[in-house]
Amino acid sequence: MTSTATKSSVLTAEMRAKIEALFPRYPTKQAVTLPALHIVNEALRCVPMDAIPEIAAMLELSPAQVYDTLSFYGFFKHEPGGQVRAWVCRSISCALRGGEEVLDSLAHKLCVKPGETTADGKITLEFGECLGLCDFAPAMLANEKVYKNMSVEQVDEVVALLKSQADQGN
Amino acid sequence: MAEFEPVLTANIHKPDSHTLRVYEQGGGYQAIRKVLGGMSPTDVVELVKASNLRGRGGAGFPCGMKWSFLPKDHPGPIYMCVNADESEPATFNNRILMEQDPHQVIEGIIIGCFATKASTAYIYIRYEYPTAFRRLQAAIDECYAAGLLGKNIQGSQFSLDIYLHRGAAAYICGEETGLIESLEGKRAWPRIKPPFPAIEGAFRKPTVVNNIETMACVPHIVNRGADWFKSMGVPSTGPRDAGSYGPKLYCISGHVEKPGCYEMPMGVTTRELVERYGGGVWKGRKGKASIPGGLSMGIMTEKEWDVPLDFAGPGKVGCLGLGTAAVTIMDETTSMIDFLHNSCRFYAHESCGQCTPCREGTSWAERIVHRIKAGKGRLKDLDILLDIASSIGIIPGTTICGLADGAAWPIKNAIAKFRGEFEDDIKRTNPTGWMVEEAVEALELVGLGTGH
Repeated sequence: MTSTATKSSVLTAEMRAKIEALFPRYPTKQAVTLPALHIVNEALRCVPMDAIPEIAAMLELSPAQVYDTLSFYGFFKHEPGGQVRAWVCRSISCALRGGEEVLDSLAHKLCVKPGETTADGKITLEFGECLGLCDFAPAMLANEKVYKNMSVEQVDEVVALLKSQADQGN
Repeated sequence: MAEFEPVLTANIHKPDSHTLRVYEQGGGYQAIRKVLGGMSPTDVVELVKASNLRGRGGAGFPCGMKWSFLPKDHPGPIYMCVNADESEPATFNNRILMEQDPHQVIEGIIIGCFATKASTAYIYIRYEYPTAFRRLQAAIDECYAAGLLGKNIQGSQFSLDIYLHRGAAAYICGEETGLIESLEGKRAWPRIKPPFPAIEGAFRKPTVVNNIETMACVPHIVNRGADWFKSMGVPSTGPRDAGSYGPKLYCISGHVEKPGCYEMPMGVTTRELVERYGGGVWKGRKGKASIPGGLSMGIMTEKEWDVPLDFAGPGKVGCLGLGTAAVTIMDETTSMIDFLHNSCRFYAHESCGQCTPCREGTSWAERIVHRIKAGKGRLKDLDILLDIASSIGIIPGTTICGLADGAAWPIKNAIAKFRGEFEDDIKRTNPTGWMVEEAVEALELVGLGTGH
């Protein structure tokens, strides 16, 4: 056994460079907290607990400060989500046009509850609060793709599209 | 009145409307050249004040007056925060402006920063708007390349940087001091005011926080003048009314044939919106109710649809205000219990947790309405809901920000305007007036008991 084994870093050199590049934009390093969390999340589809002290060290903060901000937003998870993260809007304009039924139906087809990832790791289903897509209600945002005017009848087709989105990595 | 000419949406249907080339072909960036060519910051503030431009983000605060609250001769830096965290349910006008005509927004921001002597602007944009984010970033990049941003803009002494800052799916970041806290890297807990952001805002420096649509109005006021802006809308009715002038983007969604975003002079009615622009209530049905300007403003009944949607109108029928002017239509088949459940669930999910009356009150309301929806309601629940609604918010003085007022208004309006429907439903689904033992009743009321 060796006692010199060091814990490997979660943040890659590329992530660190992206984070450092943002420092000149703000008068404090703390302001880079959310952007740094986004940089890690985009690369890893989560922000592992071990990344928090590393981010904190870069921003000259206590890990508790970074965790405090991270945990305020339900957005950042500690375990990787699916290749596609799909938010189905459940707020009023979508709900009036069947959004909640679409969400239920997708959950049923994918065998997950909102917030969970499919067994194959491809799709994380989420409910969204008003996505600002009310002109296309009921709507869903999957990574950066907008699904418009959805209906329960189209759910099989939507599942196929989500899977192909995951396979194509977009 | 002359034929209305849309200006905010004049470009959006052109191919490549989001590019600098198309924006300039349509007369874009003439206003900033006019400003830099001979106006002083004070001139711009006075012009915007004279136009009576009121903030489009929800509160309707006069924009020029907000700018004039900044300390005079401050050594700087002064910051501008542009609120692109558009999260009010049913609202998407800013998304359309950012996606389809980002340069119009940026020109407004440049002029606003010149007027307020801000050297840095942060556009706080919600995470759920990836296309708007990319279009704005591309537009900002084009501006730097064209000398419209950066050092010594167009050879003037004025320098400005604009940065995009992405949110992470939290409604509270649309509250101006929550936005500032979030920008600073903290949880988005709104601040007690005063100090107002104009005195101590982002990074403890003087800060103006403006909405996207408000900024988009500014270049047109510079180009066409304050009188042009005031030629549209609903005039002031007295010293306490700042009037409702200018063009406005109205969103219409829900139970209409053609949901969309339409530009028209301030003061259109819900009925005109539905019939002339929304293609009528969908499926040939009749209307029952509407949200006048984002969920937080409460609800109007169909009989109230002739009230003008200006800053003062919705308040005359018991709503909280014009809000974001995002109208949602509910047809005659809509259950007000379902509506209220959806509303209460939203605010319970989005309460930031800082103030106990809001954190607890919004969750209690959600659980009570959930129980009513599940057929276990009692008539006295309606009074309990009203008691909660009248106890949370800035108006009763129990919370720091207005989120709880927005949570309360749909409850107040729904029960005041549709009480009979609630009572009939409760009597039908729970005719025996289901009760549990007194000892556990308090827990049952908030959904924590075991009695059902």
